[in-house]
Amino acid sequence: MMTITEKILAAHCGKKEVVPGELINAKLDLVLANDITAPIAIKEFRAAGAKKVFDPDRIALIPDHFAPNKDIPSAEQCNLLRQFSREHDLSLYFEVGRMGVEHALLPEQGLVVPGDVVIGADSHTCTYGGLGAFSTGVGSTDVAAAMITGEAWFKVPESMKFIYKGKPGKWIGGKDIILRTIGDIGVDGALYRAMEFTGEPIKKLPMSGRLTICNMAIEAGAKNGIIEPDEITRKYVARRARRKYKFYKSDRKAIYVDVREYDLTGMEPQIACPHLPENVKPVSQLASINIDQSVVGSCTNGRIEDMREAARVIKGHKVHPYVRMIVIPATQAIYKQCIKEGLVDVFIDAGAAFSTPTCGPCLGGHMGILASGERAISTTNRNFVGRMGHPKSEVYLSNPAIAAASAVLGRIGRPEELK
Amino acid sequence: MKFKGKAWKFGADIDTDAIIPARYLNTSDPKELASHCMEDSKNPDFIKKMKLGDIIVAEKNFGCGSSREHAPIAIKAAGVSCVVAKSFARIFYRNSFNMGLPIFESAEAADGIKEGEEIEVDADRGVIRNLTTNREFKVAPVPAFMQELIAAGGLMAYTKKKAGLR
Repeated sequence: MMTITEKILAAHCGKKEVVPGELINAKLDLVLANDITAPIAIKEFRAAGAKKVFDPDRIALIPDHFAPNKDIPSAEQCNLLRQFSREHDLSLYFEVGRMGVEHALLPEQGLVVPGDVVIGADSHTCTYGGLGAFSTGVGSTDVAAAMITGEAWFKVPESMKFIYKGKPGKWIGGKDIILRTIGDIGVDGALYRAMEFTGEPIKKLPMSGRLTICNMAIEAGAKNGIIEPDEITRKYVARRARRKYKFYKSDRKAIYVDVREYDLTGMEPQIACPHLPENVKPVSQLASINIDQSVVGSCTNGRIEDMREAARVIKGHKVHPYVRMIVIPATQAIYKQCIKEGLVDVFIDAGAAFSTPTCGPCLGGHMGILASGERAISTTNRNFVGRMGHPKSEVYLSNPAIAAASAVLGRIGRPEELK
Repeated sequence: MKFKGKAWKFGADIDTDAIIPARYLNTSDPKELASHCMEDSKNPDFIKKMKLGDIIVAEKNFGCGSSREHAPIAIKAAGVSCVVAKSFARIFYRNSFNMGLPIFESAEAADGIKEGEEIEVDADRGVIRNLTTNREFKVAPVPAFMQELIAAGGLMAYTKKKAGLR
């Protein structure tokens, strides 16, 4: 009797069964790194005397964090990725103009598929659980070793099951569901564990919302987040998958160390207050909080559905005179779709900035850094001290509708408050 | 192996942005990273005040957040001999073993050590001694595979051997 996580891991280490706590060496379907983490991995790879990567078609190097290059040292780091990719003939290097925020780009391009085991030197690699894959964040040294061997060691995690029920209201999406959950269990509430998300509201959630939920599993300390693939998954991958995929499902008698239930009926949009993603409050309690900046984008909420949601709220309104609104579609395909659907006009007419894909402001890199004492509402995933700029700035995390409404109001608020 | 130094106390959920803010991640130079170690924590002058061999003692979930290996690199290059915490975030834990920063899990040590006290960690015996108060604490055992990794000289040495690289 195994969970979906256990089944995927077993299949990748040639075993019929694995149990939590067991150490395994798993074959990897994809290895990922970005312009911040790949440089260390490349140095380690070279220092080990390695001459060849295990498979030039299974290593994705994506310059998205400080790219388009924000300064000379960042340009040097991106250049190292570029050189290494040419040297080893890597087919999955994405240049500026073709790249996107890694965790939005890889599922969109069908480069990660259901049933995969993926590691990435980026903590939000857990995003692909939304597709029914096992994926987890690691450091640069793990990626260096994996680029040589195509394998990684794992301790099979215990699984926690999260069952959602009820009928979520308007403007409630994946972000609110995961914030509510992290608010309940805390930033280490799933430490070393797998988070499996189930229930009717999850089954009805589009792929974008599922990816958002799994994206933030790391914010509860989890090794991975995962959702069983279904018809929605099949439709999403059918026209994208570049490899064969496989759907795994948890056995009915699979063992979970913890099972938690949440009723989403009547739940308000959820906001994580500074300085931890677990400081979650319903939006109505925060109406007195003024903001200086609103960011819509990132690997958490930079997909087309998020762009549409923000545009629907802000259409016909103006960004508050004291607020900068920055909208960043996560990939070039999303950017194009925004143009096609007229969303770019909506944002620009409202007085927002619209940018080429980058992780930029999410981690205080560039494209929207906060000054001392400034405050942002953001659809990103972390609100640690100094996360978006000055150590004396603050970040509130929300869904795209709330970020858009707040941009108009000049304070945290809901779409219903716009006149 | 033994580590001896003064304790610097940090709270719960110390994230990797506090250990090494992302604004400094346009380099992976250990010395440069070390010069900003703990800059966004509650003790921003840590790097100026600490001495070679000193020990970080923290509450639960140390190193949560990003996967950046720059965090354990910054701590190690700063000259911190080891980190003791009630618990460690998963990726930080894995990274520390992979790149060779000694870390020790001990809730009782985190509770029983105050800032500025002299600490000795005996890695072989799995014991942490507070030399100021003369109290002793146990370290949570290191998983067997992690011990194997350490014995091999870290993940890359282990990988080199496995892949037959010289």
